[in-house]
Amino acid sequence: MKLDYTPDQQAFRQEVRSWMAANVPPARLPSFDLTREGFEAHRDWERKLSEGRWGMVTWPEAYGGRALDLIRWLIFEEEYYRAGAPTRVNQNGIFLLGPTLMEFGTDDQKARFLTRMAAGDDIWAQAWSEPGAGSDLAAVRSTCTRDGDEYVLNGQKIWSSRAVFADWAFGLFREPGSERHKGMSLILFPLDAPGVTRRPIARMDGELVFAEIFLDNVRVPVADRLGDEGQGWHVCMATAGFERGLMLRSPARYQVAAAKLAAMYEANKAQLPASVGERVAQSWMDAEAYALSIYSTASRLEAGGTIGPESSTNKIFWSELDVALHQTALDILGPRAELVAQAPGEAPDDTWLDGYIFALSGPIYAGSNEIQRNIIAERMLGLPRA
Amino acid sequence: MEFAFTDDQLTLTQAAREMLVDSCQPADLRRLLDSQQPRDDARWAAINGMGLIGMLAPERAGGMGMTLVDFIGIAEAAGYVGLPEPLVELTGIALPLLARLDGTRGWLDRAMAGAVVAIGHPINPLVAGADTADALLLADGDDIHLIESNAVTLTRAESFDPFRRLFAVEWTPSPATKVGSDWGDTADRGAVLAAAQMIGLAQRCIDMAVAYAKDRQQFGKAIGSTQAVKHMIASAQVKVEFARPVVHAAAAELPLGSLAARARVAHAKIAAGEAADGAARMAVQAHGAMGMTWEVDLHFFLKRAMALNYAWGTPAAHRATVMARIAALRTGPDATFASEVA
Repeated sequence: MKLDYTPDQQAFRQEVRSWMAANVPPARLPSFDLTREGFEAHRDWERKLSEGRWGMVTWPEAYGGRALDLIRWLIFEEEYYRAGAPTRVNQNGIFLLGPTLMEFGTDDQKARFLTRMAAGDDIWAQAWSEPGAGSDLAAVRSTCTRDGDEYVLNGQKIWSSRAVFADWAFGLFREPGSERHKGMSLILFPLDAPGVTRRPIARMDGELVFAEIFLDNVRVPVADRLGDEGQGWHVCMATAGFERGLMLRSPARYQVAAAKLAAMYEANKAQLPASVGERVAQSWMDAEAYALSIYSTASRLEAGGTIGPESSTNKIFWSELDVALHQTALDILGPRAELVAQAPGEAPDDTWLDGYIFALSGPIYAGSNEIQRNIIAERMLGLPRA
Repeated sequence: MEFAFTDDQLTLTQAAREMLVDSCQPADLRRLLDSQQPRDDARWAAINGMGLIGMLAPERAGGMGMTLVDFIGIAEAAGYVGLPEPLVELTGIALPLLARLDGTRGWLDRAMAGAVVAIGHPINPLVAGADTADALLLADGDDIHLIESNAVTLTRAESFDPFRRLFAVEWTPSPATKVGSDWGDTADRGAVLAAAQMIGLAQRCIDMAVAYAKDRQQFGKAIGSTQAVKHMIASAQVKVEFARPVVHAAAAELPLGSLAARARVAHAKIAAGEAADGAARMAVQAHGAMGMTWEVDLHFFLKRAMALNYAWGTPAAHRATVMARIAALRTGPDATFASEVA
């Protein structure tokens, strides 16, 4: 057990830090969930990252990566969040679909999709949930009907993050007549294909963070199916494992928030009861615990280990810590917590309120925490299924 | 950066764990209680025979010169079985302390040969296991004295954990018994090893809750098939999963001795204490009324968890250390490890 960085790792950190200092936009980019301009500004940032070969550092060089190990990926993420760099508009692609393509994609698919994904040329959305299939994902009804070298897609998808402006989606479809986990396929389709209609869904704060996607006889080549026909459930569960396990939520995200919370507490503690300080400390500890857990997982994976159902504990832990951390921040702000801008007449800023609203969705997306607790109980601990 | 145990560490931990689990079943605990003996001589002989006692003692004294990281999984296993014998205190705290002190009159060698030395650190008001000790390390103001057991008078203070044998110790210091005036990292070692035991205790309570919930039938099905029961057990497991790596990091960073390292120890103790306390109370609930009984073995683990949560520094005291670290040192994603903020 060696809990310090090698000189090479330290040098890598400095390299990332220098690049970020020179390239991170000084002003916050406009939201990618409100306007095309904001979305494209984030795509430009992805392209700039890609030019520096920082798009996805763990990927093979052939796809625009640097073939780095997971410890260096963590260091990269730490510096990324320290620098206050823009939120990754392509996280559905690089963190979810990307690893799934590496595992299940054909060489042709990897060549066609990964490089463009890392470059920001294709921004991806996930098209899994349906009005009648949320936590019970095996209840999806959207269909893929084979017609020679094509599939014909029909149905309705919902809660697709980034889908309002994204270029492509990866969707879960079933053969007509199939039931539950059988007969499903994971199919990639362009969101501007004939027959695709998108309807934005406004979040409680007005941001268009997700969309409904309607598919009316959308024709896609069979070559754009990821994994074997009928194996869609298996492929999706692997993606969900990546989502919950390691990549979706960097520990650095919470460590930066906890540090910011601690600074706000230090600046105001003369006016605050000691109980607030204890909650600040709890948030800091939770962020540290999550970081240590991920370092431990990364070390295990580098030694050839795998991620199992314990990834469900990650998802519960970071989502609950995020809510608690933001709740503590709002408690410090007190009667100012509700303000969109912190002073009358000022422009809305990067407030705790934004983070709080987003944190509320954490226990829901990527598989609700109730489903995660079922997974822990049944697959980690061996309790009987209902 | 490599946050993982070596194969050698895992092999040794697994061997020790199997020995402890085999020899310290709840039935063995009950038999020991009935015998009214302070320890199980056969099990203590097995622990000694495996060479665990000298793991952290220096090689010059015949020890293995290992580190707290090598021992941390064994401490967890000792918690898992609710071990009555003082393996953790002797191996993890007393021998490393004896090795640092001067004029210990051969007691390091004697401890290596099977003698037991108990510790009366000022952070704990009573001395655990004083009656089975051959000698005691005791505090007189800032000074540390090594007192042989025939020179002390013990008064038992009964704990609700029947295997924690706590004593008030009456004794007289003299210049000849003084062995030092620096406890060094003793309290931090005590805290991180208590934390490791609490991880084991938490997992034991969860395992018992799972076993009971799979077996107990109500409304025609196992209670563990209902989400209300599943979710409370799963929540307890989440606490364990995010306390264990903190304990491991605390063991690895403790030798740094810095505020960041001490805050990690404090965090480990707080997190493991919450995991153990939460798991124990959850397990009582999962067992229903049976969880409140003497007949079900759960109480052995609940009691030890509560006792250790307050031994070697209370959660409130450890929280103050964490808050001092946050106020005094750099925080953020490049300040995760104590080596980065020394």
